[in-house]
Amino acid sequence: MSDVVTAVPLKRTPLYRLHLDLGGRMVPFAGYEMPVQYPSGILKEHLHVRAAAGLFDVSHMGQFEIRSRTGGEDAARALESIVPMDIVGLAPGRQRYALLTNEDGGVRDDLMIARLGEVFLVVANAGCKDADESYLRQTVSPTCTIERLDDRALLALQGPAAEAALARLAPDVRSMRFMDVRAMEVMDVACTVSRSGYTGADGFEISLPASHAEAVARALLANGDVAMIGLGARDSLRLEAGLCLYGSDLDATTTPVEAGLEWSIQKVRRAGNRAGNFPGAEKILRQLANGAPRRRVGLRPEGRAPIRHGARLFADQGAADAIGVVTSGGFGPSVNAPIAMGYVTPPGALAGGTIYADLRGARVPLRLSELPFISTTYKR
Amino acid sequence: MLKFTQDHEWLSVEGDTATIGITQHAQEQLGDLVFVELPKPGRSVDAGGAAAVVESVKAASDVYAPIAGEIVEINQGVVDDPSLVNADPMGKGWLFKMKIADRSQVEALMDEQAYRTLIDSAESA
Repeated sequence: MSDVVTAVPLKRTPLYRLHLDLGGRMVPFAGYEMPVQYPSGILKEHLHVRAAAGLFDVSHMGQFEIRSRTGGEDAARALESIVPMDIVGLAPGRQRYALLTNEDGGVRDDLMIARLGEVFLVVANAGCKDADESYLRQTVSPTCTIERLDDRALLALQGPAAEAALARLAPDVRSMRFMDVRAMEVMDVACTVSRSGYTGADGFEISLPASHAEAVARALLANGDVAMIGLGARDSLRLEAGLCLYGSDLDATTTPVEAGLEWSIQKVRRAGNRAGNFPGAEKILRQLANGAPRRRVGLRPEGRAPIRHGARLFADQGAADAIGVVTSGGFGPSVNAPIAMGYVTPPGALAGGTIYADLRGARVPLRLSELPFISTTYKR
Repeated sequence: MLKFTQDHEWLSVEGDTATIGITQHAQEQLGDLVFVELPKPGRSVDAGGAAAVVESVKAASDVYAPIAGEIVEINQGVVDDPSLVNADPMGKGWLFKMKIADRSQVEALMDEQAYRTLIDSAESA
């Protein structure tokens, strides 16, 4: 029996049956069986989110509750010891984008951290949640309890029609602004709702008990404006919005400064009595002061061919040495053109505005582009 | 006469010219196409050689020449609008035409019945 291989079965979210009912094409993703698309296809699903509203199952992501063991600000201070963000100053009912850093100033994962009463709710990437849990237990557990919320689902509702659709079930959402977080009842179910997302559009993320996820999802889908959207369109939407994907645009070797995420490091962590004291602080603070040797940039290939993750970048058509690499690349349905993001060294090489990528043995030009590629519509 | 390959290309013969495209099954599997790269007319290809590229939102796929021959015409329509391949893969979504170098290579390809069996067994696997 030496050559018998036991495959680890893929996990399923609470909405698995709904995905099959809706004709979802299921693929492996981060150890889960997830829908990459539904019968409409990725292009139509993407455009529907920008025009109306899309509902996404993101229950594969990690959800954690972190509390001080003895009350007070211990949890906030403990979190500040592992992220370069202002958590002590995060007001109740507010959420913040955060980065778990490592000793080299690189990124272990990117997260959302929300303060709701005595609790911090942390949402982590599916592919990192096990490692993140171990890391949290290693670092903050002396002063904090850490609860992993495996009995909760997570839905994202995104697009200009999202507010109206969710307000029919929870009128309170109309008064929420971008990055607000509230506990509220949706169809008599206790949920945590944030006004945020991963598409560049206005929208909400709804954390709720797994047992009620399908009912709430079906109620939202009963609204003609709301369509179920797969992971394929989720990726093209976030790329158009210039948002990083951990594992592609962010990893253990990229610092927040190289990634263009300096805005997420609040001033109180750069200078003063709460400056530094997070992993990689010396390198990150030095890069904030002096600049980073490489930068994440937006790229617009000339022509219609997508340039994808891994394509090497060059300063000109004949250059022998690469100046960078594409980290995310594909097609943007709303811009109706190929789009990409990558890292370029040194940033000074960008003076000309045009660089080149290897594509099937030829060098093709790309123009440097501002990020995002589309106008975001966050309700600020 | 309509023939098929294991890689989900179809080939249709008129005289000594073959028209090549990808099948309904292929376009369904690939999803929405956003880019098509076709070979230059005049180029010679070997049987099984990569002749064209179709790109969906997610990935690029090679299209292989089912037989050896010379590319004589390409379908500019699909270059201008890749969605044509999804909408009508067996008709208006044709990719390129070739002059047939060796007729016996055409005979050796799968007929429609054999191709259906192939995709039915793949779908029930």
